[in-house]
Amino acid sequence: MIKIDHLVKNYGANCAVDDISFEIARGEIVGFLGPNGAGKSTTMNILTGYLSSTAGRVTVDGINVLDDPLEVKRRIGYLPEQPPLYLDMTVEEYLIFVYNLKGCTFNRTKHLEEICEVVKIQDVYHRVIRNLSKGYRQRVGIAQALVGNPPVIIFDEPTVGLDPKQIIEIRNLIRTLGKDHTVILSTHILQEVQAVCDRILIINKGRIVADERTENINRAAEGTRRYEAMICGPQREVLNLLRNRPDIAFAEALPARDGDAYGYRIEAKPGMDMRKGLFRALAEKGWPLIGLEAMGMSLEDVFISIVDQASAPAAKAAKGDRRARPSGKQTEHDIARSILDATAEEQKKIAPYTGDED
Amino acid sequence: MFAIFKKELRAYFINPVGYVYTGIFLAVSAVICAMTTYQKASYSTASYFQYMIFAFIILIPLLTMRLFSDERRARTEQLLLTSPVSLTGMVLGKYFAAFALFLASVLVSCINFFPLLAYTIADKSAATADVHVGPVGGQMVGCLIGIILIGAAFIAIGVFISSLTESQLSAAVITIAVIIGMVLVSMFNDFIGVQWIRTVLDWISVLSRYDYFAYGLFDFSSLLYYISIAGVFLFLTVRVFDKRRWG
Repeated sequence: MIKIDHLVKNYGANCAVDDISFEIARGEIVGFLGPNGAGKSTTMNILTGYLSSTAGRVTVDGINVLDDPLEVKRRIGYLPEQPPLYLDMTVEEYLIFVYNLKGCTFNRTKHLEEICEVVKIQDVYHRVIRNLSKGYRQRVGIAQALVGNPPVIIFDEPTVGLDPKQIIEIRNLIRTLGKDHTVILSTHILQEVQAVCDRILIINKGRIVADERTENINRAAEGTRRYEAMICGPQREVLNLLRNRPDIAFAEALPARDGDAYGYRIEAKPGMDMRKGLFRALAEKGWPLIGLEAMGMSLEDVFISIVDQASAPAAKAAKGDRRARPSGKQTEHDIARSILDATAEEQKKIAPYTGDED
Repeated sequence: MFAIFKKELRAYFINPVGYVYTGIFLAVSAVICAMTTYQKASYSTASYFQYMIFAFIILIPLLTMRLFSDERRARTEQLLLTSPVSLTGMVLGKYFAAFALFLASVLVSCINFFPLLAYTIADKSAATADVHVGPVGGQMVGCLIGIILIGAAFIAIGVFISSLTESQLSAAVITIAVIIGMVLVSMFNDFIGVQWIRTVLDWISVLSRYDYFAYGLFDFSSLLYYISIAGVFLFLTVRVFDKRRWG
C-alpha cells in the first residue's frame, strides 16, 4: 500500500531523514516510534505531500507522490500534530468544508453522520470549535482525516495533551479504524504502539533502527526470566527451597510483606520455565503461592537501548572501539534484528539483582 | 478550489474583518463622493475615483492580510496543502474570494451616484439644451472598470505578501507600504529628469495606466497590464508554497 524507497530529506546542511526504506501492507497498523526530532513528522509530511523529499521514491497504492500528488492526497487522511481546525467554524461547517475540499461525491449528510458516530462528536456537532475541549478538538481532527473514507490514515501524535481516559478512547478508536484502513501512527509513547499497532518502526536521527512485529519487540522486552513472587510460609525455609530448585538460578527475599506472605525475587535458569515446578513444590509443602509476576524489561528500556545502540556504533567507531560499525551491506532489518538480539543477550548477562533497585 | 473560495468568503463574515472592511469601504466612499461632487457642486466623478484609489491603501490590506498568514499561524494550511487541491487552485480560491468581496463593495458603493442622477434630472429641466448636464456616463463606467482592475492588482499583491508571513499585522503593514509605494511612484515620476528611470518607474506605476480609463477610454493594453500584475503576483504566491515544500 505504502512504499518508501531510500527516502532522504535535507534541511540545508541538516539531514532530517537519512535514506529510509520501508513498506506497509494494506490493513496494517504501523507505529512510527522515535524520540522528538527523530524525523517522524518529516517522513509523514513527505508521505502526505506537504513536504517534498530531497531524494527517494514514495508510492501510495502504486502511485508516485511526485507524479500525481493529488491522487495520492486523495488516498490519505492526515491528522497533523496540531489538528488543523478553523476555530471560528462550527464542527458541522468545518466538516462540510473538508468534505467539499476533498471533492467527495457520496451522500454528504450520511457520510458525515457516520463519521461523527465513529469518533463520537454528535453532541458537539453544532458547536463552535473554539469552545471545544482539547479531547473533542482532537476528535474533530480525526473526523477530518476520515472524511472521504481514505484507505490510508496517518496520525501524528494523536494523544498528546489528552487525559488518560481520552487517550484510551482515542486508542480504541484507532484500533477500530485499523480494521478497514491502513493506519500509520506516530508517537514517542511506547505503550501506545504496544497497545494499538501490529508493527513497530523505530526511527532515530533520521534512520530506521528497528522494524519489527509488535509481538517480537514484546518478546525481546520480556526476554528476562525474572519474577517477583509472594509466598506464604516461613521465609528462610521458602528461600532454601527456592535456591535448591534445579531450574532456579537465583532467589532472594524482598522486604515486601503481606500478612504471612513474603516477597521473593526469583530468576530462572536460561531456557527454563520454572513456574509450574515452583507451584507444585510449594503446594507439596503447603505454602500457598499468592502472587507471581514476570518482571520483564519495560518497552521503554528496549526502546532506549535500541535508540542508544543505534547511535552508539558511530560514536564507538570514532573512539576505535572493537565493536564495528554495521557494514553498509547490511539491510536495516538486519541491524534491527541484531540490535534486538543484542538486547536480549545483554539481558541474559545482567547480574542477579542486588536488591537496591526499586 | 470552489470549496476554498466559499470558505474564505464565509470567513470574512464569521470574523469581524469582513464587516469592518465593508463598513469602512461604504462609509469612506460615501464621504468622498459627498465631498467631491455635492460639496463642490460638480458632476464630475473623476476625483471621486481618484480618492478611492487612495482609500484602497487601507482597504485592500484589510481584505488580504489574513488570507494566508492566519492559516499558517493556526497550522490549518497543513489541511489545505495535504488535501487534493492544487496550489494554484488554493491560491486562486482565496484570491477570488477577496476579489468577490471587493467587487461587491465597489458595486454597492455605486449607490452614491443615485443622488447625483436625481440632481441631474432636476437640473436638466432647468438647463438649456446645448449645455451638457449630469455625470458623463462613459467616464463613470471607465473609472469603475479602472478601479476594479487596480483593486484586482492590489489584492494579488496583498495575497502574495500574506503568504510570506505568519503575522496578519506585518502582512497588512507591508501591503500598505507596497501599495503606497506604487501609488506615490506615479506622482513623483514627473519630477525625475533621467529618462530611463522614468521609463522603469512607469512600468510599476499603477496609476499612469488608470488615466485612460479616467478619460472614459477602454485601453486594452492597460487591461492587460493590470491582469498581468495580478497574474505575476499570484504566480509568485504559488511559488512561495512550492518553495516551502522543497525548502
